[in-house]
Amino acid sequence: MSQPFLKVEGLKKVFPGVEGGTGVTVFEDIHFGFEKGEFVCIIGHSGCGKSTILNVLAGLDSASAGNVFMNGREVSGPSLDRGVVFQSHALMPWLTVIQNVAFAVTSRWPEWSREQVHIQCRKYLELVGLGHALNKKPHQLSGGMKQRVGIARAFAIEPKMLLMDEPFGALDALTRGVIQDELVRICSATQQTVFMITHDVDEAILLADKIVLMSNGPEAKIAEIVENPLARPRMRAIIHHEADFYPLRNHLVDFLVTRSKRIAEGHLPDDYDPVHPPLVRPTTRSELLVAKVG
Amino acid sequence: MPLSLNVRAVIVSLIFLVAFIGLWHLGTLPDMAKKAYADPAYAALMGGATPAKSGIPSPGMVWHTAVTNLSNPFYSNGPNDKGVGLQLAYSLGRVLIGFFLAILIGVPLGFVIGMSPLMRKALNPYIQIMKPISPLAWMPLALYTIKDASFSSIFVIFISSIWPILINTAHGVSSVRQDWLNVARTLEVNPIRTAFRVILPAAAPTILTGMRISMGIAWLVIVAAEMLVGGTGIGYYVWNAWNNLDLSNVIFAIFVIGAVGMLLDMILGVVAKLVTYQE
Repeated sequence: MSQPFLKVEGLKKVFPGVEGGTGVTVFEDIHFGFEKGEFVCIIGHSGCGKSTILNVLAGLDSASAGNVFMNGREVSGPSLDRGVVFQSHALMPWLTVIQNVAFAVTSRWPEWSREQVHIQCRKYLELVGLGHALNKKPHQLSGGMKQRVGIARAFAIEPKMLLMDEPFGALDALTRGVIQDELVRICSATQQTVFMITHDVDEAILLADKIVLMSNGPEAKIAEIVENPLARPRMRAIIHHEADFYPLRNHLVDFLVTRSKRIAEGHLPDDYDPVHPPLVRPTTRSELLVAKVG
Repeated sequence: MPLSLNVRAVIVSLIFLVAFIGLWHLGTLPDMAKKAYADPAYAALMGGATPAKSGIPSPGMVWHTAVTNLSNPFYSNGPNDKGVGLQLAYSLGRVLIGFFLAILIGVPLGFVIGMSPLMRKALNPYIQIMKPISPLAWMPLALYTIKDASFSSIFVIFISSIWPILINTAHGVSSVRQDWLNVARTLEVNPIRTAFRVILPAAAPTILTGMRISMGIAWLVIVAAEMLVGGTGIGYYVWNAWNNLDLSNVIFAIFVIGAVGMLLDMILGVVAKLVTYQE
C-alpha cells in the first residue's frame, strides 16, 4: 500500500500539570492521512486539541509523541512547504497589503527580482479580489478583506499544503459565504491540498472532501472520518438541494451535539481501532439503514 | 459660526501670556519694588535708593538681554564669555553623543533581554538597582576614572538615558504579537531578518517612547551636570550668569533651555509618528 501524501501517526499531546502535578493529555493515538489535492476539515468542540494538531502539522508546536510525514518526509519544524492562514489574519500592520504578501514571496524566492515579486503578489491579491487595495494598510480594510490578504499571502508562496485555523471564525455570515465561494474557486483552480479547522458544519460540507470528527477532550480521539458524498464542484447556492446534503449534515450535527460527548465518556464501538478510525459516508441510503436499525 | 477649538485655544493661550507678562511687568516696576521696603530705615539699610537694579528684572530687560544675546550668539571672548548659541551647541553635542551611545548599547541589549527570559531574569536586579540612581551621583566616579569634564558629562547623559531605552526596548520586543513571529517562522525567515523586518518595526513605537523619555531626562540632567563641572555649556552659562548676579541672563537662559527641550521632544515626536502603526 502506498503512503498517503500526509500521514499522522500516533500523535499525542500532554500539557504539563501545574507545579509538578500530572499533565493533561489533550489527545492521543491520533492517526489519519489524506491525499494530495484533498480538502480536509477537522471538526470538534473547543478543547479537543484541533488547533494543537494544526500547529504540529505547521511545525509551530511539537507533539509529546507520534510523527507527521508529508510526502514521505518527517515534519520537524516550520517550512515554506506548508502555508498557514491564521485565525486572526496576522497581517503586519506597518506594511501595506502588497508588502505583507511580498514579505512571504521574498522569503520563498529570495533570488527573485522586485518585478517578479510584484507580479506574483498582484496575481494572488487579484485572485482574492483585492487588486484595488494593494497599497492600503491593514487597518483600512474590513475584517473580511484582511482575511483575504492572509489567504493570498498563504497561496502566494505556492505551498504543498495549506493549513487554516478557523480562518472565517471572526467574520460575519455574509462575508464568510463570499470568501468560502472564493476559496472553493481558488482551490479547484490550483488543486491545493488544504487542512482546515472549523466549527461550522455547513462550511465543512461545502469545502471538505473529508471531515475528521474529534471527540471531546481531554484524551480526545478521532471518532470517525466522514467522506463527503457530494461531488465537487460544490456550490453554496444549490448544495442544500442535493439529496445527500441533509443526511450528511444531520450526521455531523448529531455527532457534535450528542455523540462527541458520549465517545468521550467511553462509548466507543467494540471494533474501534485508533490506527484505522471508522470511515463513513452518510447518504440517503445509509440513513435509511440507521433508521431501521434504530 | 463658532470658532474652531484650535483658534479658541490660541486665543486663551495668548490671554494667559499677556496676563503673565503683565503681572511680571507690574511686579517689577521700580516704585513697586520701593514699596516693598515698608520701613524707610530698613530700606536705606538695604540700599533702597536703587532697588530695581538688583531686583528681579522686568520683561523688557529680559527681552533686551535676549535680543542682544541672540543677535550675536556664537561669539567667544575667552572661557567665561561665550555666546549663548555656542554654549547651547556644547550642551547639545554632549546630549546627542550620550544619547546615541545609549541607543547604541540600550537597543541591542534591550533586544537580548526582551527575547531571552533567562537574560531578563538575570539582569533585572541590576537594572532595578541602577535605574533609580541619580545620574549626578555618578559624576565623581566619572571624573576620577575618565579625568575629563566633558567626557564625564557625556557619561552622565549616557547613564541617565540608557534605562528608559533599555526597558522600553525589552518590553516592546517581548510583547511582539506571537502571530507575527509565527508568520515569520512558517516562512522560514532567519533570525536576523526576523529581528529587523518583524520585531524591530513591531517594537519601534515602544522603543521611540523610551527614546523620548530618555531625551527629556538627558536634557534635564545636562544643565545640572554642566553647573557641577563648569567650563562650557548652557548649564554653565546659567551658573556663570548667577555668579555675575545677572538675573536677566538667567531668566533668558531658562527660556532657552525650555525652548530647546521642547524642540528636541518635537523632533522625536515626528520620528515616533513615522514608525507608529495602527492596528
